[in-house]
Amino acid sequence: MTRFRLPTWFVLLLPAIIVLVAVVLIPLVLSLYSSFTPYRLTRPESLYKWIGTFNYEKAVKSAHFWAAFGRTVLLLTIALNLEMLMGLGLALLVNRVTYGQRALRTLMMFPMMFSPVLVGFQFKFIFNDNVGLVNNALQSLGLTDVAIPWLVDGKLAFMSILAAEMWSSTSVFAILILAGLFAVPRDPIEAAKVDGCTPWQSFRHITLPYIMPFIYIALAIRSLDVARAYDIVQIMTNGGPARRTELLWTMIGRTGYVDAKMGYANAMGYISIFLAIFFTIYFFRKLNAARTELGMAG
Amino acid sequence: MNENLIHRLKGHVLKVLHLFALFIAMSIICIPGLWVVLNSFRPTVEIMAKPPVWIPNDLSLDHYRAMFGAAGEGGVPVLQYFTNSLIISLTSTIIAILVGMAGGYAFARFKFRGKAGIFIGIMITRAVPGVSLSLPLFIVMAKTGLIDTHLGLILVYIALNVPFTIWLIDGFFRQVPVDLAEAAEIDGCTRWQAFWKVEFPVARAGIASAGIFAFLTSWNEYALASQLTRSTFSKTMPVGLRDFTSEFTINWGGMCALAVLMIIPALILTFIVQKHLISGLTFGGVKG
Repeated sequence: MTRFRLPTWFVLLLPAIIVLVAVVLIPLVLSLYSSFTPYRLTRPESLYKWIGTFNYEKAVKSAHFWAAFGRTVLLLTIALNLEMLMGLGLALLVNRVTYGQRALRTLMMFPMMFSPVLVGFQFKFIFNDNVGLVNNALQSLGLTDVAIPWLVDGKLAFMSILAAEMWSSTSVFAILILAGLFAVPRDPIEAAKVDGCTPWQSFRHITLPYIMPFIYIALAIRSLDVARAYDIVQIMTNGGPARRTELLWTMIGRTGYVDAKMGYANAMGYISIFLAIFFTIYFFRKLNAARTELGMAG
Repeated sequence: MNENLIHRLKGHVLKVLHLFALFIAMSIICIPGLWVVLNSFRPTVEIMAKPPVWIPNDLSLDHYRAMFGAAGEGGVPVLQYFTNSLIISLTSTIIAILVGMAGGYAFARFKFRGKAGIFIGIMITRAVPGVSLSLPLFIVMAKTGLIDTHLGLILVYIALNVPFTIWLIDGFFRQVPVDLAEAAEIDGCTRWQAFWKVEFPVARAGIASAGIFAFLTSWNEYALASQLTRSTFSKTMPVGLRDFTSEFTINWGGMCALAVLMIIPALILTFIVQKHLISGLTFGGVKG
């Protein structure tokens, strides 16, 4: 008599799968369903009314939605690229240090300990137009005598949010890229020097290809939880003033909880989920490609 | 001027430029954080002073004393929030590590069809933005009565942390040579014994750092907690920060003190494991 046995790997993965199905997948299925209904928190019976793709059409036709969508993609693109470049710069700076590097590395991780919501409050405070650190500094130095409305003007508020987001995440890139720099073999660089390569050439053709996988790991990790920027934006401006810094996430939150239009909010939520999944898969693919180039795939 | 001197001068200039750039970068990294710490020791009047008081002349522990007082500053029950945060983060971390160990071991040691697909699938659940997930979770939890309870938030945080703990622990198990476990099995261990006696001790430090990573994620999470908690019985500290804001004013001093209370555990834990954390993330990724 042979008994059917589940393969070991499946048994081992089962707890993870159960938790993820219960907490992520089932709610997402529910949210997919409710996005086809006019569900409002205040009227539970509206969950059973099917209205087809009305919510999605409404979102697609809404100028506010596209403005928020564009702003989100813009913020993500600028933030991820700048964080990557500045992280690379920081890693290269720290990598050159010979004395006290450990201390510097530890110092570099300082912003990683700040909860995003804390970063939000902190930069709301720093960019406050009346008592904020930035305006106080500018005024004390005599560079300006008017209070710059950092969080009130649309463009400035976008820049302030970008600054907060970059402050909190650049070090993630720097730390991971630094780990990559430690792994770069010395010999090819020495050989290139002997062959008369300029520092830039040996960086471009030897160091960079080696640290590329590390850059993509950092990008993949960041794209996985890039929506944490929601915390920062929600605290700093909450999409305001007058929707000038509205991102998809703040718009979804407000539509769902303040206006109580859950169905419509879920429809927009789905669009944002696909955006996040697109970014994640894109970077995982890049990561695999970079790995294959180095012959590390397996 | 001879060529040697020019060369040496160039080297010196580069060195000074390097140190200068490093100094600027480190200042940008540290000042915003230290500003918060400094303000937690200053009276609110001085923080809000116009013109600004640059050199603090009245440092005190007033905000901390008020925070730990009976009702807490401005009636914010900080100690209750601290306990909530601690219970929720610790429980969810321990369970997430156990689940992640099982999952990570499966990915590191077994070959099966659709492995890459399942791995990406598990990772993608982490990519779902918190606010999009919180809407349906809010509905589900309201129906099942889990809203505003510790248990509800613990479940959510386990799910939130499992993908990362699997990724990290997978990386650490890959660094343990397969031969080691095989040798133990040849010597008469069962696979279960081989795991606990050989592979687990080798990967232990790495697993601990995955745990701290999970703990910090739960400790700092805001988007989901802000919607799934309603009362002081389950509110965590990141949500509690909001209690210091009223419609038109913000109690910056009190908030900074709570912020410091939030950072201290994070600071200590991160310093303990920084080395393992980096190697876990990178080796898991590069050699995965």
